[in-house]
Amino acid sequence: MSESHAHDVSKHVKSYVLVFVGLAVLTAVTVWIAGLQHTVMAGVVLALIIATIKGSMVASFFMHLISERKGIYWVLALTAIFFLALIFLPLGAFMDQQGTPLHSTGAVETSSHHVP
Amino acid sequence: MQIPYTVDVRPDTGLYNAKLGIWLFLASEVMLFGALFSTYILLRVAAPVWPHGSDILNVPLATVNTMVLITSSVTMVMTWVALKLKQFGRARMWLTLTFLCGVGFMVIKSIEYSAKFSHHLYPSTNTFMAIYFTLTGLHGLHVLGGMLVMAYFLGPGARMWNTEPERYTNRIEVLGLYWHFVDLVWIFLFPVLYLL
Repeated sequence: MSESHAHDVSKHVKSYVLVFVGLAVLTAVTVWIAGLQHTVMAGVVLALIIATIKGSMVASFFMHLISERKGIYWVLALTAIFFLALIFLPLGAFMDQQGTPLHSTGAVETSSHHVP
Repeated sequence: MQIPYTVDVRPDTGLYNAKLGIWLFLASEVMLFGALFSTYILLRVAAPVWPHGSDILNVPLATVNTMVLITSSVTMVMTWVALKLKQFGRARMWLTLTFLCGVGFMVIKSIEYSAKFSHHLYPSTNTFMAIYFTLTGLHGLHVLGGMLVMAYFLGPGARMWNTEPERYTNRIEVLGLYWHFVDLVWIFLFPVLYLL
């Protein structure tokens, strides 16, 4: 093994240790923030932002996505699109029903009796 | 006939085959867990009331488990580094530590599950417990699957190092990608179930 290769690998090790420390600190921050008084929405947003940062650190450094081939990025981009559709399509469909009175079909049928 | 591109890079993809394969598998895993996360969101926004995770679940134990999985990700990547440096003995030590972290995670998880059962909290108790057991159960199965593969590479699979060290290194890299993904899923499960 060449000296430059060994040097590259040891540089990797330093970044892994730093990422580990970062992940540990962010885990503590997540728990600390959850204990604070705030609205549910603020709690959800904060927790998901921190989780996304942690997830990005794992993916970028431990999974080497920071220096991966283009083909992998394409696979992941496509996955991300479908993932977002999976999350937001059902949610959007549900939200679309909000405010619609229960048994609305029945109500229309009842009222139609009064229409000459 | 030898299987092609187990070590050499395939010219059209720029990757060895197993690496492209594991990323495609992980893409399907994103969709699997994505469907369950979507279910969680839908159940939660549709529920008139939703319990605060920390009122029912054990946050300190889950925090320890988060640290155990993060540590296992570091030991996993150190296994790969050691193999790249041709230090097989050291790699075995790191992989054994990763395996032990997996054992630790499962032991803590079983303590958590036992406590829930002793309080008569089952998947059938309510929607929250149902989605909690489904998500953590599926994740736990993934941890067990990873540990099985680790046991193979520590045992009979380790012989490959003597004949095809580069192929063995690539296999460990692929295992590592899977293991980091399992860690990544937990990073999202932890706040979603325990803290929100």
